[in-house]
Amino acid sequence: MSTIQSFDQLEKTREKLRASVKKDLPSVLICFGTGCQANGARDVAKAFGEEIEKQGLSVNVNIGLKTTGCHGYCENGPLVVLRPQDILYLRVKPKDVAEIVEKTIKGGAVIDRLIYKDVNTKETIAQYHSIPFYSYQKRIALRNIGTIDPTSIDDYIIQDGYKGLAKALTMDPEAIIKEIEASGLRGRGGGGFPAGRKWRSCKAVPSDVRYVMCNGDEGDPGAFMDRSIMEGDPHSVIEGMIIGGYAVGAHQGYMYVRDEYPLAVKNLQAALIAARGMGFLGKNILGSKFDFDIKVSRGGGAFVCGESSALMRSLEGKVGEPRAKYIRSVEKGLYDKPSVLNNVETWNNVPVIIQNGSSWYAGFGTEKSKGTKVFSLVGKVNNTGLVEVPMGITIRDLVEKIGGGVLDGKAFKAVQTGGPSGGCIPKELADLPIDFDSLTEAGSMMGSGGIIVMDENTCMVDVAKYFIGFLVEESCGKCAPCRDGLPRMYSILNDITEGKGKESDIETLMELCDVLSYGALCGLGTSSANPVLSTLRYFKDEYMVHIRDKKCPAGVCKALITYRIDAKACTGCTLCAKKCPQECITGEKKKLHVIDESKCIRCGVCKDVCNFNAVNIE
Amino acid sequence: MAVDKKAIDAIIAKYDQSEESLLAILQDFQREFRYVPEEGMKRLGEVLNVSESKIYAMGTFYKALSLEPRGKHTVKVCMGTACHLKGAGQILETIERDFSVKRNHTTKDMQFTVECVNCVGACAMAPVVVVDEDYSGHTRPSKVTDLLKKYK
Repeated sequence: MSTIQSFDQLEKTREKLRASVKKDLPSVLICFGTGCQANGARDVAKAFGEEIEKQGLSVNVNIGLKTTGCHGYCENGPLVVLRPQDILYLRVKPKDVAEIVEKTIKGGAVIDRLIYKDVNTKETIAQYHSIPFYSYQKRIALRNIGTIDPTSIDDYIIQDGYKGLAKALTMDPEAIIKEIEASGLRGRGGGGFPAGRKWRSCKAVPSDVRYVMCNGDEGDPGAFMDRSIMEGDPHSVIEGMIIGGYAVGAHQGYMYVRDEYPLAVKNLQAALIAARGMGFLGKNILGSKFDFDIKVSRGGGAFVCGESSALMRSLEGKVGEPRAKYIRSVEKGLYDKPSVLNNVETWNNVPVIIQNGSSWYAGFGTEKSKGTKVFSLVGKVNNTGLVEVPMGITIRDLVEKIGGGVLDGKAFKAVQTGGPSGGCIPKELADLPIDFDSLTEAGSMMGSGGIIVMDENTCMVDVAKYFIGFLVEESCGKCAPCRDGLPRMYSILNDITEGKGKESDIETLMELCDVLSYGALCGLGTSSANPVLSTLRYFKDEYMVHIRDKKCPAGVCKALITYRIDAKACTGCTLCAKKCPQECITGEKKKLHVIDESKCIRCGVCKDVCNFNAVNIE
Repeated sequence: MAVDKKAIDAIIAKYDQSEESLLAILQDFQREFRYVPEEGMKRLGEVLNVSESKIYAMGTFYKALSLEPRGKHTVKVCMGTACHLKGAGQILETIERDFSVKRNHTTKDMQFTVECVNCVGACAMAPVVVVDEDYSGHTRPSKVTDLLKKYK
């Protein structure tokens, strides 16, 4: 294919592509995100292909069949969307496919057992956009995901793809930066630094070479929006980076993607080839005399490489250790040249901001946190998955309206945000608006947008220990506060969870937190005390119960709990005794079983296998 | 374990001969040989004109790289926050117990290397275990052993 050489030519191509799509064709969209693929989406897609032919229809003539990126409602995959009716079927199995083609596609009827059913109200809803999980969302970053086939650049162009780039190339670079500044776009990776200001600072440094980079090293546990965007809409990130490159005067871009995301790497690489083929990358882009290209680098499985200076070292082919930032990376970044590093979601927002204007974007969100944000709502909540909402939504609305409340009707306890650099926000603050500044004030942070819901069975000391343990593993070891301080904190927390805590431990923990906050070298180190600080701030009582009473109220800390079989509920089915790895459960058939506490290792297998809820934790 | 020199050179030849390609080449070694062989690091140092100590530092720093041969199958137990809350610890302990293997080590029969990873980004299906490229969501201590046995 010859490259597109002008704005007009792009619009003509778009028209032509749109005309080639048959509008009235019913279409089947199958989610091919990691979650749905794990649940068997590939087999479902195959079954659709075969069944359509078998029933005397033909793909592309009678029915459009497409695999898309992640719809976000991963809990209920594989997801299948039927258009034009806008029906969403959940947990579709290959054996359901024949019925779907027969009844829904041919007959227009809804199959009740496959549609959404609200766990609380038992109400059923067939229409995709009427389901609460989707109806409260405002999708800007996720605009194309679930609609387009990520491996097709044509699909992206049909959805106004590369329109923002075409417009940007007619603008003065200074005007683009002004537009991004006016939109109020702040970095989506965690810190929330204004993107426009970052670009301006980079441009202000005199240099013949500059770089733009995309941080796709999404390391925060509990966050997967960047993975979804890279997998489901790779061109949006590429387009944003080209615009950024043009605005700051860079000709080379780098994408640094986590090694754990093979599908993202594959889709990005394919998208780069397609974009080069059409002339969106390479020399003289759209006839503008602007040259730009992008390389993809895979990360090496080191959390610290999500930190900007470590990421750049890693891109250069070195060990990814951070450096002290006396000089910022906008001045001396990659190869000591002025560089702009933004997160995946930040880049993905850029094309639509240019296309629709900064005031449109600034119309969403709060005064200081503009636009929308993608959150991954996970943990002990009914509807888990990716959601995009305007900034400023309250924790309560997110958990209850979109999330459908806490799992199994348990009591809501807290949300954890911001990954290992963030903290826990208790239920008392459920009406806190979620934006950059409110979260920071509450002792947590936005981070990349992971929202982990915790219920009454979550132990906050264990959570703090979990995060500190994570950071001990991931500390690069360069500076002493992080390398030595974190293991000290871990051993204290471990003692507390084992019933060996002392009251003076709290004070020692606070001191260590101070040392880390002030003394660590990089952003990950200085924020690493947050999990402990925030749990101590809101859940000190729980620490004290562990220390004074040697009890874990949530029933998590192994040394402080015992498993017991409920005499009323036990039916004597013998299953737990058979499965117990310690062989420490005894009892005759149809009679009460008993756990020998002296041998029990609290592995939880008996509770897991019991069909009668007869095993309790005390 | 003898490593095919031609295979090493073939991997190196796929990339730009610059330091920038170091990590990518080491990752390809890992994929091809299931570890980063000493011969590979030596050869890479010669071709890219980078000191061996530097390459060794990369090999020990990045978690995705291993200097010892790994098992036929890689079992990644996700230790992300969502998985942790939903019982990933118990899943890992079950694997350790039933396959007599410690975390981040390989079983004696070289079948499985058990790794703890910090979030595979499939939190909605927590707890998650990834065997090679296959994701299994909503795993339970009572089911995970049978799941792995299928790969033997």
